[in-house]
This record gives sequence, structure tokens and C-alpha cells, in this order.
Amino acid sequence: MVGPGRICRCAPPRATPAMNCRAEVLEVSVEGRQVEEAMLAVLHTVLLHRSTGKFHYKKEGTYSIGTVGTQDVDCDFIDFAYVRVSSEELDRALRKAVGEFKDALRNSGSDGMGQISLEFYQKKKSRWPFPDECIPWELWTIKVNVVNLANEQERQICREKVGEKLCEKIINIVEVMNRHEYLPKMPTQSEVDNVFDTSLKDVQPYLYKISYQITDSLGTSVTTTMRRLIKDTLAL
Amino acid sequence: MDTDLSSQDRKDLDKFIKFFALKTVQVIVQARLGEKICTRSSSSPTGSDWFNLAIKDIPEVTHEAKKALAGQLPAVGRSMCVEISLKTSEGDSMELEIWCLEMNEKCDKEIKVSYTVYNRLSLLLKSLLAITRVTPAYRLSRKQGHEYVILYRIYFGEVQLSGLGEGFQTVRVGTVGTPVGTITLSCAYRINLAFMSTRQFERTPPIMGIIIDHFVDRPYPSSSPMHPCNYRAGEDNGAVYPSVEDSQEVCTTSFSTSPPSQCVFTVTKAHFQTPPPVVTDTLKVPVMGLAFSHQLSSSRLSYQPAALGVGSADMGYPVLFAGGLNAAHPHQLIGPGKEGGVPPIPSQPAHGTQADQERMCTPLDGVHYSAATPSSSEDTETVSNSSEGKCGSPHDLLETIFIRKVGAFVNKPINQVTMANLDIPFAMFAPKNVELEDNDPMVNPPDSPETESPLQGSLHSEGSSGSSTGNTHDDFVMIDFKPAFSKDDILPMDLGTFYREFQNPPQLSSLSIDIGAQSMAEDLDSLPEKLAVHEKNVKEFDAFVETLQ
Repeated sequence: MVGPGRICRCAPPRATPAMNCRAEVLEVSVEGRQVEEAMLAVLHTVLLHRSTGKFHYKKEGTYSIGTVGTQDVDCDFIDFAYVRVSSEELDRALRKAVGEFKDALRNSGSDGMGQISLEFYQKKKSRWPFPDECIPWELWTIKVNVVNLANEQERQICREKVGEKLCEKIINIVEVMNRHEYLPKMPTQSEVDNVFDTSLKDVQPYLYKISYQITDSLGTSVTTTMRRLIKDTLAL
Repeated sequence: MDTDLSSQDRKDLDKFIKFFALKTVQVIVQARLGEKICTRSSSSPTGSDWFNLAIKDIPEVTHEAKKALAGQLPAVGRSMCVEISLKTSEGDSMELEIWCLEMNEKCDKEIKVSYTVYNRLSLLLKSLLAITRVTPAYRLSRKQGHEYVILYRIYFGEVQLSGLGEGFQTVRVGTVGTPVGTITLSCAYRINLAFMSTRQFERTPPIMGIIIDHFVDRPYPSSSPMHPCNYRAGEDNGAVYPSVEDSQEVCTTSFSTSPPSQCVFTVTKAHFQTPPPVVTDTLKVPVMGLAFSHQLSSSRLSYQPAALGVGSADMGYPVLFAGGLNAAHPHQLIGPGKEGGVPPIPSQPAHGTQADQERMCTPLDGVHYSAATPSSSEDTETVSNSSEGKCGSPHDLLETIFIRKVGAFVNKPINQVTMANLDIPFAMFAPKNVELEDNDPMVNPPDSPETESPLQGSLHSEGSSGSSTGNTHDDFVMIDFKPAFSKDDILPMDLGTFYREFQNPPQLSSLSIDIGAQSMAEDLDSLPEKLAVHEKNVKEFDAFVETLQ
């Protein structure tokens, strides 16, 4: 039976060979207030491609797949619009992560350079007492450079420029997606939580985690810089 | 492994390709409607969502696509193409993009049809969703309605890229290998438009009337008609056509003598030589025709009565009704461009549309008002388009709209609408917006905000003129830009104008170097005192430093 909402047959689980994690790096220069939207645009675009509908397993290892809705999002601070999966839970999760990243960037006191990473991984169950292994198979890193602008005119130009840059990034992302490189095999019911994040109620993205790092211009950690600053001030 | 495809697989593959082609067209056209699209995720499969994606099917579009395909499938040398073009109110058109779904000979025999191909097609559709928002035509299509509309055309066969001008760029959305060939989806788009985009089209003289047949099927050289990218489900085009004919006879396009910001919908004089009281009636009659035609056009254009300049969903144009124009000027008819007149339109695709629908409301009063005031010379009454929440009035269909603005030298009778008196003569010499941006000259002409806001204020406390500026202005993401209570007698400036005018403030003095230098000197002077204080607290500082180490 084929067609929409069709039943798929899963391949029986096989030992997966060691895989190289595919890594992609994107760089953007944005103004402080654009950080959030720019990050969300990129992350949502990646997750759009890496989410499926919810699986409903039936007998004999077959399953049907739910439907993924999409919606347009207009950016307020960038001349840009993107498409994201219609899932409030997913949106909230991404906003939370991006919000933390943005705050960290702001509070770091550094030049405003940092990166946020979206990693897709598979869980591999290990024997007790060892914890499950997380094997990444795709890693997206977005390097951010925050710029400060002096007046409204520059900001207007920045809006447009960043919008254009993001268009390029979307095209890059789509190009990578289109290579149809390694994707985890469709799992059986028992394995589904090792491949997909089944906690959301409306869509099912591949297992992912988001992390970020803030760097200062000298590449040293933030604490050292702060320490140095204070010492310098006191030494006056 | 069989090198030939099993018949079941072959059938499946053909079905997939067919529905993929139909869905591709839907995604592309919907992305050029000018609205935000929103569909819901559903955890239980509904059985009708191909490729596990919630993509609505606009019946018109499916119909056109099927017609173009005529039972065939994309194959080598036979590509399915969706051409997106732009048409200005004056009839100039330009191709913006060609989306091509092609098939080449490179086969992937090993691939599993019912599984891998299907999932990859789904991924390709997602990529298409993403890419359609990224080409320059997307932004143009979001701003369509006022001076231009976006049309689509589907054809099957050889790809024709010549209309895109020189230097067009191509973006590949993706490929999917199948046992019968590789499906490729790509887009070739014009780039030199990107620079003229919003600016260019905002500088063109406003639409002076609409040729209704723009939005009707018309014969094109390549024999496939252009269609506006628009969606009104259940619209019965056939029923509308007869009235379209009527309205065509009724309407002529003409330019008025008023400043270019005018969007005037003119009607041949013959209809308006009746005395004012009768004008009401005659007004209604042709308007009926126009109402239908507007329905057609608005049904064709998602909330862009566009060239009508009439009651475009996002702007509240004040309505000017020309009572007794003299021979020199054709009477101005108010077109029914009002979404309120489109109640039969069912399920709007997205929030944007709904908001727009709500906005389109011409007040009952307005119509009566205009009808009641007789005028003997070229004068215009202003009926404000409330564009504010559905009035739900039965007169919706008849609501005329929107002429923007009066001419600077137009005489107005004393007994005319109060608000009309607020029209400032020599308005064009009033202080202009000093805008560094070139945006929306359509709305920049100084008199238009001045006349609009007071006019509107009189009938409704809506400064909906702001929306007219807002809409075309790049910075205004929201279309519904009608600042409440923004009428200002003293300074005839609406919020949109104000915003634009003050968007480039001068640099703060504290940021300038001179002041900085001065304060530096003061700082240096106060240093010894500060040092003394610090020395007193040395112990505390030391303790602090200890904690850092």
C-alpha cells in the first residue's frame, strides 16, 4: 500500500559501521538584536529537514507517519522570512536554547563572538553499568559575530545585508541536505527512541542537542579576561 | 536484483512523481500569494497528506497543473515549469522566476521506490518550502497588490529561460534519483530586479484604474494563461465573468490631474451625469458590477485589490467620491475593492489574510455620506475607508472605495464633508518627509498623509493612511498598520510619516568626540580623589582579588 500516510516496513536492525560525523559550519555577522532571529532561522531550517511526522507502529514492524505542518515566520529585525515546522514545543525548545546563547553572548563582555551547535546523534545502548553512547552523525555549527552599529542608517543596511546572508545560508543548508548522505536507518519500535526524539506530541525530529560556546577575541576563556580587566582597573 | 522495475513499483513511482509535481506547484504558487502560510502538524496521518507534509491543495492550482501535465509525467526533455511573473498596473509584465521540475536519464536502479524515493521526495518538498522564501521574488510577492501583482503560469515541455533577462541566477533545490531517472528541481530567477524591486515599483505612478481582464484567463503566446497568485477557495469564476464584462465597459483607466499619489478609479462620465441623488443609485449599479469584478480580483488577489488601489486589505485609503466632475475630468468611481465584500470567501489560508479581511471595512456612513453631498464642480468627497474590523454591513459589496486623495486645486463645495475641508490646498508644498530612504514614494507625496489622516479621523479614529505608508515601507513588517487615534490636527502627519521622518536621527552628542574629550579632562581631574577613596578601601579590594585567584 502506498500513498500518503502509508505503512512502511522497517529494515531489521543491523550493526551500524562506525560513521564519520558530517560537520557543517556557517558564519554570520549580526547586530545584537538580530542574533536570536538569525539563529532561529538557521536552526529551524535544519530541523525542518530533520523532522518527520510521528511514527505510529503497527504490528509486523510496520508504521505509519504523521503529517508535518509548516509555517512562515517573518523576522522583525532582519529583512528575512523562513519556514519552520509547526510545532510549538519544538519552537519553544529552540527559543530557550537561543535565548541562553544570546544572554551568554551579551554578558560575556567579550567582542561578541560565539558559536552555537546543533548536533544530531544516535543513542547506542551499552551494557550496564556503562551509560548509553551518543554517536553524532551530523553537526551544524553557526559562528556568530556580533557587531555594534552607530546609527539607524547603518542598522537599516544591516537588516538588508543580514537578510541576504541568511538567504545564502538557507541555500547552503538545502544543498547539504540534498546530498542525501548518511541518515540513520528507520528504527523498529524498540529502537525508535535511539534515533528520534519522541517526546514531542506533533512532530518527531531526529535526536538532537544544542550547545554553545562564547569566545573572546584572544581565544582565551571569558573568566581570564574578566580577571585581567579587574586587575588592570585596580592597578590604576 | 531485478534491473527492471516491478510493475507495482513502477505504478507507485509514477504516482509519486505525479503527486510530487502537483505538490511542487502548490508550494510554489502558495509561496507567491503574498501571504504567510501556516499549516498544522498532525500526529495521526490523515491519509491525504502526500509525502507526510501538510500542504494545502488550492483547487484552481491543481486544476491548472493537471491541465498543463495533461496526463503526462515529467520526463527527459519534458519538464514541468512554473513561471512566476510580475505585472504592473500599467500592464507591463516581467518574468521573475522559472521553477523547473526536470527528469534526466541518470537512473538509480538500486534505490527502493516505496521507501527511499518517497522519503527523499518529501525532503525535497521541504527544501522547496525553504527555498521559495529565499529568492527575491518572495519579498516582491509579499508586497504585491498595490502597484503590481504576481502571476503564475504552468507549462510542460521545454524550459524557456529567455524571459528572465541576462545574468539570471539558478538555485538548485535538490535531486532525487529514481530507477527511471533523476528528478531535479531548480529555480532560475532574475536578479536585476532585486535592486529595483520595492523601490522601482513604488516609484511608478499609481494605478489609475484596473483592467479587470488582467485577472481573467487570457490567451498567451504559449497558450497557457497567466494566473494571479491568489487563493479564494470555492470561487466560481464562471459566474463572475459576465459582470466583469459589464465593469469593463464601465471602467476606463485614466490619470487624474491630481498628484501622483492618487489612486483613482475612474468611470466614464456617462454614468455620472445624473444628478446627485440619483448618483447614489447609479453609483450602486455600476458598483455592483464592480463589486463582482472586485470579488473576482480580490478573489484572485489575496487581499490585493491592487491596481484598484482600492481598499487594499492592508491599507485604508480614504475614499473619495467624485460627485459632479466637470467635463474635463471623468467621474471617479469608487471601486468596491473591499474585502468585506468578499464574505463568501471561505477558509483563508493564513492569519495574514484573516487580518486583512478584518481590515477591509468600509463604513456604511461613508457611502451615504458621499452620496448625500452634491457637488457641482470637480470636487471630491472623502469617504474614509475604515479598514478597521469587519463592519459586516450589508452594503459591503457596494462600498466603494478608495480614491486616495484629492487634487491640490480641486474645488470643494462648502457643504461638503467636514473632513474634506481639512484638505490642505497647495498641499504639495507642505513640508515633505525628509526621508533618506527611497522607499514608498507612493506614500511620500506630502499631501497624501495630510489629507488622509484628518479625513479618516473625522469618520473614524483610524489613521489608516498610515497603513498605506506602512505597507509599502520596508521597515513595516506588519501590514496592518493603522495607528489608532493618530489623527492630528496640528501637525498633519500620521504615525507612519512620523516614524519615517525620525528614523534617522542625528548622532547623539554624547557619542561625538568633542564632548568626550571634555569629559575626559574632567575625569582626569577627579582621579586623585578617587584614588584616595580606593586607597582607603585597599583591604577590601585585596580580599576581592584573593577570591579571583
